[in-house]
Amino acid sequence: MALKHVNAVVVGAGAGGGVVAKELACAGLSVALLERGKWYTAFDCRKDDLRNQRVSVLGCGFGPDDERYRRVTVDETGREEIVKPSNWGYNNNAACVGSGTQSYGAMAWRYMKQDFRMRTTYGAIEGGTLEDWPISYDDLEPYYEKAEWEMGVSGDVSANIFKAPRKRPLPMPPLSPNAEHRLLEPVAKRLGWHPFYIPMLRNSVPYNGRGPCMRCRWCVGFACEVDAKNGTQNTVIPTALASGNCDLRTECMVKEILTDERGRATGVAYFDRDNRLQKQTADVVVVSASATESARLLLNSKSRLFPAGIGNRYDWVGRNLQGHAYVGAIGLMDHEVYDDLGPGASIAICDFNHGNKGYVSGGALCNEFIRLPIHFSSMVPPDVPRWGAAHKEYVRKYYKRSIIVMGPIQEIPVFEARVQVDPVVKDFWGVPVARLSGQRHPSDLAVGGYVAGKAELWLKEAGAVKTWLLLPGRGLSGGQHQAGTCRMGNDPKTSVVDRNYRVHDVENVFVVDGSVHVTNGGFNPVLTILANAYRAGEFIAKNWKSWA
Amino acid sequence: MAWYKGLTRREFIGIAAAAAVAGAATSCSNPKIPWRFLNADEARTLAAICDQMIPPDRDPGAEWARVVNYIDIQLCGPFRDLQPDYKRGIAALEEYSRTKFGKVFAAIGAESQLALMIAMEQGNLSCGTWDGGAQKSFFQMVLAHTMQGFYGDPRHGGNRERVSWKMVDLPYPPVRGQQKYGSKE
Repeated sequence: MALKHVNAVVVGAGAGGGVVAKELACAGLSVALLERGKWYTAFDCRKDDLRNQRVSVLGCGFGPDDERYRRVTVDETGREEIVKPSNWGYNNNAACVGSGTQSYGAMAWRYMKQDFRMRTTYGAIEGGTLEDWPISYDDLEPYYEKAEWEMGVSGDVSANIFKAPRKRPLPMPPLSPNAEHRLLEPVAKRLGWHPFYIPMLRNSVPYNGRGPCMRCRWCVGFACEVDAKNGTQNTVIPTALASGNCDLRTECMVKEILTDERGRATGVAYFDRDNRLQKQTADVVVVSASATESARLLLNSKSRLFPAGIGNRYDWVGRNLQGHAYVGAIGLMDHEVYDDLGPGASIAICDFNHGNKGYVSGGALCNEFIRLPIHFSSMVPPDVPRWGAAHKEYVRKYYKRSIIVMGPIQEIPVFEARVQVDPVVKDFWGVPVARLSGQRHPSDLAVGGYVAGKAELWLKEAGAVKTWLLLPGRGLSGGQHQAGTCRMGNDPKTSVVDRNYRVHDVENVFVVDGSVHVTNGGFNPVLTILANAYRAGEFIAKNWKSWA
Repeated sequence: MAWYKGLTRREFIGIAAAAAVAGAATSCSNPKIPWRFLNADEARTLAAICDQMIPPDRDPGAEWARVVNYIDIQLCGPFRDLQPDYKRGIAALEEYSRTKFGKVFAAIGAESQLALMIAMEQGNLSCGTWDGGAQKSFFQMVLAHTMQGFYGDPRHGGNRERVSWKMVDLPYPPVRGQQKYGSKE
C-alpha cells in the first residue's frame, strides 16, 4: 500500500532533523521524520561504562548496531579495513532519536565571528580548502538565541571577552563550580586569561517542564537518567509530534532519494522496521543524517540525470570531512581534586581560539568530563608502564588526583579527506556503505601542539607535579563532531548547498546537519547545527509552496 | 557501610538479562566446566596472564576480580570474532612455556611469568610459528580486555564486588537528587 504523500520527509532525527521537523510541522506542513535507530528514554541510561557512545568496546549504547552496519576505512598507506560501529575507526555518532544529542556532554557553543570568515582571517592555506561561510555570525545570531531559549542552555559566558556579540543572556545560570573549576579559575586569571562557565544544553534549574542536572558521573556517552540534558529527543521532537503534523518512524533506513525526469526530488525509498522497501513521496526532502551518512545518501542517489549522485555534479559531495583535533594536557596533583560533582567539565577559556601568532586557527580549552576508572586506566604518563604492579599503583594513587584540560582545534578542511561509497561492501540492506579516507592537515597538529602547551601551562601553574600532552595524529578526522561533507557556498562549482541549505541543482532537496559547515569552529558543533536547522526550517516553511 | 553488598532490583534485572543472552549462545556453553568458551586449561593460563597485568597487592588482582569470567562471557558475545585469536595465543604461549620450562605457564613462577610477558609485549619470544607481530597483538588484546574486566562495570562479569572502584575509593552508586537505587543501609 502506498504511503500517504507528505509535504516534507526528513531523513534523520538528530540535531538538525529534529529541529527542522519541528519547525515545519509547527508551520503546518505534514512531515515524515525517518530515523534508522530507536527511541530511547531516560530509563535507558544504564550507566554501562563499557557499552555507551564513548566507550563502545561491548557495542554502542545508542546505535548503530554491530550486526547490520559497516563502513570501510582506508589508511594513509592505502590499506582498507571493514569496520563495525563499535570500532573507533567507524567514526560513529549515535543512531537514535536525538542522535548525538541523546548521549552527548551537551556543550552548547556559539562559533565566533572569525569562525565564519576563516579564509578572510587566515588567507588560503596550501593543501587545504579553507573558505569563508556564505553566511555570517550575524545571520545566524537570532537562531543561536532561539536554540538556546527553546531547547535550554545553562552557563555564564559573560566573562568571555572573545565571544561574538549576543542580544540575550543564556536562559539558565551555570551549575555551581566543581573542585577542578575552583582550582583552575584563579590560576587562569593570574595568567591573564579569561575563564568562564561552559555553556551547556543542560538544565541547571527546572526548565521546559524537566528538572535540573543531578550531577552524576555518567554524563557524556550516556542518556541522562533524570532527563536534564536537552536534546532534540526531549524538546523539539515531542513538540513536533504534539502538533499532530509529524509522523516519526523509527528503525527506518533510507536507501536513496528519488528524482523524476525533470530532476526534482519526489521523495525517498527506505527500508522500514520489517525491512520492507517503502516509498515516501514528498514535496521537500531534508537530509539530516550526519556528515558521513548524508554524503552517503546523496552519493547513493544515482539516476540518469545525476549519474554521480545528487548534488555531486562537481565532485564535492563527501569532500572536506572534518571533525576536531583534540589536544590538551593531563596533570597529576599531590592532593585530591575529585569531588564527584558531574558532569565534570565546567570551566573554559577562549583565549587561544584565534590570534595564535604564527599559527592558523586554534580552539577552546575546557576541563574534561569526569573520568570513570575504565577511562583513567589508559591515561598513563609516558614513564609509567601500561600494566603490572606499577600501573595498578598509579591508578590507585592518581585516580582522584588528576585534571585534564583539553579542547577541539578548528581544522583546515582537506579536499582529499572524504566520504565515498564503497564499490564492493554493502550493508545489511544491500546498500553500498560509506568509505572513509584521507588525513588531517599538518597545520592542525602544529597549532594543536601550541594550544596543548597552554593547557599544560595552566595545569602546572595550578600545582600539577607531573604533566604530559595529549596530541592527535594525522589520521582521518571525523567522529562525533563530523562535518563539512556537503559544504555550503555561493558557487555551485565549489560547494554542494547554497546559503539556504538547498542542494545547488535540485530545488527541493536540503541538507541540514554538520555536513554544511564550511569550517567547524574550535568548539563542539551542536549549537551551530541547531541554529542552522532553525534557519533552514524557517526558510523551507516560508518558501516550500513555490516549488511544491 | 554496606552499599556494595547485595543486589538492587536494577542490577538483578541486568544480570537476568545477561544470563538470558548467555543461555541463548548454546554453542558457547558447556555444563561440565564453569566457562562458556575457554576450557579449564586455557582459563588457568589466561588467569595467570591477567594477574601479571593487574597483580594482587594490598588490593585483589585480576584473577580474583574474575577478569577471565568477563573475557569468557564476551567471547560468546561481542568478542565472538576474537575466539581464534585467544585459542591461538594461549596455545602458543603454553607451547613456549612447556618447551622452555617444562611446565605450564601458570606454574613457572611469578618472576618467569613476568619476564615472559615483557618479551611477549615486545614480540621477542622465539617461538616457532608465533611471530613477533602476533605476540604483540595478542598481548595488546588481552591487556585491553583485562583493563575492561577489572575497571569496567561488574554487570559484565568482572570487577567482582566492584573491587577496582573500591580500590580508587569511588562509591557506587552516588545517591544524589533521587533515590532511584535501592540502598541496603
